[in-house]
Amino acid sequence: MTVTSYLGAIGAAQREAMEADERVIIIGEDVEANVYGTMGGGKSRADKGDFLQMFGSNRIRNTPISEEIMVGAAAGAAMTGLRPIVDLSYSTFLYMAMDQFINQVAKSRYMFGGQASLPVVFRSAMFYGLSTAAHHSDRPYPMFMNVPGLKIMVPASPTDAKGLLRTAIDMDDPVLSFEACLLWGMKEDIEDGEFRIPFGVARTVRQGTDVTIVAISSAVPQAVLAAQILETEGISAEIIDPRTLVPLDSLAILNSVARTGRLVIADPANRTCGAAAEISAIVSELAFDCLRAPIIRVTTPDTHIPFSPAIEKQLYPDSIKIAEAVRKVTSARIGAGAPARRN
Amino acid sequence: MTLANDILLEMQRRMLRIRYFDERASKMVKRGEIPGTVHTSIGQEAQVVGACMALSEIDYMTGNHRSHGHPIGKGAQLGPLMAELVGKATGVCGGKGGSMHLADFKVGSLGESGIVGSSIPIATGAALSSKILGTGRVSLAFFGDGAANQGCLYEAMNLASVWELPIVFLCENNHYALSTPAHTVTAGVIAERAAGFNMPGVRVEDGQSVLTVYDAVRAAVDRARANKGPSLVEVMTYRFNEHSEGLRLATDYRNAAEKESWLKRDPVKMFRSYLLDNGIADASILDQLEAEVLAEVEDAVQFAEDSPYPEPSVAFKDIYTESFGGTQ
Repeated sequence: MTVTSYLGAIGAAQREAMEADERVIIIGEDVEANVYGTMGGGKSRADKGDFLQMFGSNRIRNTPISEEIMVGAAAGAAMTGLRPIVDLSYSTFLYMAMDQFINQVAKSRYMFGGQASLPVVFRSAMFYGLSTAAHHSDRPYPMFMNVPGLKIMVPASPTDAKGLLRTAIDMDDPVLSFEACLLWGMKEDIEDGEFRIPFGVARTVRQGTDVTIVAISSAVPQAVLAAQILETEGISAEIIDPRTLVPLDSLAILNSVARTGRLVIADPANRTCGAAAEISAIVSELAFDCLRAPIIRVTTPDTHIPFSPAIEKQLYPDSIKIAEAVRKVTSARIGAGAPARRN
Repeated sequence: MTLANDILLEMQRRMLRIRYFDERASKMVKRGEIPGTVHTSIGQEAQVVGACMALSEIDYMTGNHRSHGHPIGKGAQLGPLMAELVGKATGVCGGKGGSMHLADFKVGSLGESGIVGSSIPIATGAALSSKILGTGRVSLAFFGDGAANQGCLYEAMNLASVWELPIVFLCENNHYALSTPAHTVTAGVIAERAAGFNMPGVRVEDGQSVLTVYDAVRAAVDRARANKGPSLVEVMTYRFNEHSEGLRLATDYRNAAEKESWLKRDPVKMFRSYLLDNGIADASILDQLEAEVLAEVEDAVQFAEDSPYPEPSVAFKDIYTESFGGTQ
């Protein structure tokens, strides 16, 4: 085990995948200079050198600021034998390439009757919470959840970042990886060497009996903080991190809700048609009889992200809002009248 | 460039395939035997076949909604193409692509795009694969004069130039984006835009001559294969039919004199005369070739008719490499 940061874990997954398979390449803006710190061989550039030194300019390629061709060329390369990783830096830059994502990346395998495989990973960072304002702060994964053909990972720990990314690179389907910058510095002991974490398998971050909190991306550590506060109030919260939104481990969520009877979903994306909305709908459709209180979503409201920290910080799901939501759904047990239980 | 007689006859065969295939498809649309519509390449056969024959079998190609000619020109079998137009399980895309989205990976056809310009980046990526993996394959991206005004073309040309990718950008300038005359929405000469990307750009004025097109594209393909980078070739041509079959517009945006002058330059008839005049084939051989291709098209139609429709479950297949339970 080695203490590794979230960014270091991403770098390790990329390095190991590139060492294992020479068809893996990385293209993107500023990747040669390792600007974001995910293209390095070791803990620092001086340690083991950066990817450009390790893998050469044929496989590590700076691109022009042209997202449409970055995404489309990666798709075409994936269809013809390469396994590209595209570093799109900020998640809001994905919008520049929407046609390629939706009409080419997502549809080519389907529309051509299975002739095409697209082993390609699109990485991007969500810079919210860091005063970068509306053009750099989006959490746009729900829009892409609405596009069949794309797989979506939202790792919330260094271990998951490394294991999921390696699975994504080895996979023959296109994957979008949304990495929250608020998690970049998070460190934990992670397994040494190569490992993979399957898509579609949620992680139970914490076991509990009174309420299920499904938390996504940077909401996971906030949910953990909330659970610690709630424990002191006698409320036992179970936390589930889906880790991948497509495919989504609905079964893990449903099983947890079947035990706890209550659900709070913490999702940093905007509220309308967000990941939380989809999870809420699934549980309402399939586990309505298990619910002892209405589901509560803790999301970012339907607003753009303002620059000033004085008004930005209030917008995201944090431990205080998550704890409040849990108190509401558990209020039957801690004071208010018990809601009628069906069946 | 001097070509062997069998290559010249193969050019005529492929042009005839496109002509007869599209004439048959047009009839089938009008009879309701093909759902939706089709965009024919009738009148543009020389431009399609001249470009495709300049490629080798292993080379890659992408195209657009006017899509049948490209895979036919690249050597695809007609049966699975026709079955695709009819929506059958034996279609080249299993009935999920249809007329505008043909692809036949067996002949390097990586897919036609219903979104104007959208397949150009795909061809560029295939060229990147070729370069990195050292396979020696060249890519060719077909697009129309309409797509020449899409931003992704210029992103692709710039990237292909700085990375010296083996690709030919082939603009099929048939003078109209649906009803819009190209000169009213397009500044300057498309071929000249290549200069801004430090690559050769040529305009083939006589796009109705298959040999003229072949020579221009072959030079660009040879350059790409020699690792000298991309080229832009603009081919001037004309579609004889409406933008799509069955489309009836209130205004006639192409005047009769213009149409008449282009119809006189029918690429299939012109090349037949060339083959006769130069003693490459006599009339009986060419008549036989035409009969063979007609029969081939009828066989393709029969194959399509005899084939089953896809099972309903096929609608949920190939979204991913492996299906996973959703909540549908």
